[in-house]
Amino acid sequence: MRTELHSVDVQRTDPDRPPVAVVEPDVITGRQKAIFAGIGLIGAIAWAMIAIVRGESVNAVWFVLAALCTYVIAFRFYARLIEYKVLKPRDTRMTPAEEFANGKDFMPTDRRILYGHHFAAVAGAGPLVGPVLAAQMGYLPGTMWIIIGVVFAGAVQDYMVLHMSIRRSGRSLGQMARDELGLVGGTAAIIGVLTIMLILIAVLGIVVIGALAESPWGVFSIAMTIPIALFMGVYLRFLRPGAVNEVSLIGVVLLLIAIIAGRWVAESSWADTFTLTPVQLAWALILYGFAASVLPVWLLLAPRDYLSTFMKVGTIALLALGILVARPVVQMPAVTSFAHSDKGPSFAGALFPFLFITIACGALSGFHALISSGTTPKLIEKESQARMIGYGSMLTESFVAVMAMVAAVSIDQHIYFAMNAPKALTGGTPETAAAYVDSLALVSPGGAALPPIDPALLQSAAEGVGEASIVSRTGGAPTLAFGMSEVMKSFGGDSLRSFWYHFAVMFEALFILTTVDAGTRVARFMFSDAIGNIPGMAKFKDPSWRIGAWVCSLIVVAGWGSILVMGVKDPLGGIYTLFPLFGIANQLLAAIALTVVTTIVIKQGLLKWAWIPGLPLVWDLIVTLSASWQKIFSDNPAIGYFANHDKFVAARDAGQVIAPAKSMADMDKVVFNTAVQGSLSIIYASLVVIVVLAAAVVCAKAIRAGGLPTAEAPDVPSQIFAPRSFVATDAEKQVLAEWREAGLDPSPQGVHR
Amino acid sequence: MTAQAPAGASGPGADTMRGRAGSALRAIRWYWSGVTGADAYERYVGHLRRARPACAVPTKKEFWREKYADQERNPTQRCC
Repeated sequence: MRTELHSVDVQRTDPDRPPVAVVEPDVITGRQKAIFAGIGLIGAIAWAMIAIVRGESVNAVWFVLAALCTYVIAFRFYARLIEYKVLKPRDTRMTPAEEFANGKDFMPTDRRILYGHHFAAVAGAGPLVGPVLAAQMGYLPGTMWIIIGVVFAGAVQDYMVLHMSIRRSGRSLGQMARDELGLVGGTAAIIGVLTIMLILIAVLGIVVIGALAESPWGVFSIAMTIPIALFMGVYLRFLRPGAVNEVSLIGVVLLLIAIIAGRWVAESSWADTFTLTPVQLAWALILYGFAASVLPVWLLLAPRDYLSTFMKVGTIALLALGILVARPVVQMPAVTSFAHSDKGPSFAGALFPFLFITIACGALSGFHALISSGTTPKLIEKESQARMIGYGSMLTESFVAVMAMVAAVSIDQHIYFAMNAPKALTGGTPETAAAYVDSLALVSPGGAALPPIDPALLQSAAEGVGEASIVSRTGGAPTLAFGMSEVMKSFGGDSLRSFWYHFAVMFEALFILTTVDAGTRVARFMFSDAIGNIPGMAKFKDPSWRIGAWVCSLIVVAGWGSILVMGVKDPLGGIYTLFPLFGIANQLLAAIALTVVTTIVIKQGLLKWAWIPGLPLVWDLIVTLSASWQKIFSDNPAIGYFANHDKFVAARDAGQVIAPAKSMADMDKVVFNTAVQGSLSIIYASLVVIVVLAAAVVCAKAIRAGGLPTAEAPDVPSQIFAPRSFVATDAEKQVLAEWREAGLDPSPQGVHR
Repeated sequence: MTAQAPAGASGPGADTMRGRAGSALRAIRWYWSGVTGADAYERYVGHLRRARPACAVPTKKEFWREKYADQERNPTQRCC
């Protein structure tokens, strides 16, 4: 039933109740036109400053402006196009949150809260690490990919998956794949998701270890997060149930004390106890991951998650504020010589395709599809809100990635390359590292050759942040922490730099450990669910069967743990060899998600608009499959896993030890690691090809038939009302007033202003 | 559901500085409790009163125990 109101379509599902939806014509007023034209102009100027004018000193504020203006335009116009032409949300339809409301995991939630909730669930260490590594190619390629990628790929994926999961009762990506692609495609997708999670956890573990190895300060403050989390868990369980904010504040204060106390520990006789080698840390992380996955949720996982959310939002806000106050000048050229060669020290391979897989989170992250399906659809009030929550949250994560890029490119280039090149290249001491970075023939942003660096500078930079050395601190996290300590100099000067450095290391490690324990637990459930389907193993499906839980946890931890140990022992450094695999895995997950989405669009008979998810899908397939191809078939040992494998096998059989190996044992490690890495590349690429082929068959059938039914749940008329975006429009305010006059809450929680 | 009503509703004292500061604080508290899930119990009780008034309302302690037990059975994903 409809009534016209100022050319706005107000829709009711019950004639006796106020409206549940407002459909406004997509007209743009003169004033809005002027505002968007102004935003577009500022964005264009900012892009010109970083991409065309460049010059000797580019201020980081232009990055912020270029990003923000592009996001506003994309959100207003491109996301709106997707909404009107492809997804066509109907707010008269109940969302899973309203239909199955149980007051717990299914519950209509205020859109602004859900935006924060969704963002906190999708953003982690990923967008902070990839851009730092990609900075070796200069600031421009990475920044362009982060911003353009999010607009046309990452945010599109998150938005469309969220919408489609809402339409399917909040089903997960794996379930949607099975429903829409059939048994073969669906099974390949589920195995893909499970194996990809293992490599993601392992590589995040290597990032943490890169930041904590040989750093007693860092190890102490991270170790302290465990007793702090246990204390919070016990407090919430027995003393003050539900006092989440209170205990989180106590936890944050304790955390800050742990960071400050880290310095005392590092300077005391305990320093040796907390100075751990990468291999020791890897085993500690494996033990921790196993314990976290079998201990009760309330004791460790839940309190750590609260702490992580607090730190996440606080630190990102702090970093944004710091960049705006410090307005650092970029030190890195727009494009470095490593963009054209495959000799980059932080990761191997040329700009295409390797830049696009190194920066996954922030531009296009397949992992998000697991949050956008499953969790968030069960909390959203209205279908039309998927634009601000799915597309909007991903834009915010992209902004975090831009800030990480800014932090990385505004530190001294010598320091950047000394930190990010593996030990095999830098030699590990300030003197050898200085000689190494001098050999790179670095140039300033304007193109002038940089003068040679005094090794003492590398040493004093390390002392400035309270570390014994900053040489070869690979993995991105230490570089970001160093950049953040520079940016935060505006608050507290040089004396606080070591505090900010360890603060940044701590929060990155906290995010990653949260992902490690939550990921292990989720992977354990997926695994037990999968083997529970095998005849005779049905008992594994019962989550309360403790032995089954322990066995599955052990298998999952052994899966990522073995990759982790392999990575930290790798003579070339785990980041250098494994980060590409991490990016490929994450982007292949995106390929699976985009394949499912594109198939649904085609099944719905919207072939004309299939390019919207099809464009990022094709791009993503080109990038990831060509990267996989190179990793498998390249005859350049620096890139191809098997080429490197053959090189080391030949040398070993001839009785030679070749760099970076220092012994026959090292030779064996390289031979073994390259074989495993190459095999993983083959498995991932094959799984995705199977998913895409299965989808292609379904799409061909759908095109011939002019559309096919999808697994969309039947419509149930909605009984609630909520505005669609951050600020309610005039028409929406009028409807809210109608609800008030009728003495009714527009949404069960009744909190719309 | 007054317990979670955000600030900003114009009351008699809303014009004064203290009133405004108070309502801003309440808004932050409302928002943050929603994002972290600290208001889960209040939301659940509200839901029970509305949808199933005959149902017994659990105590706060019972509710949170049950909530963590649910999480034990249904782990949620955190991203990278």
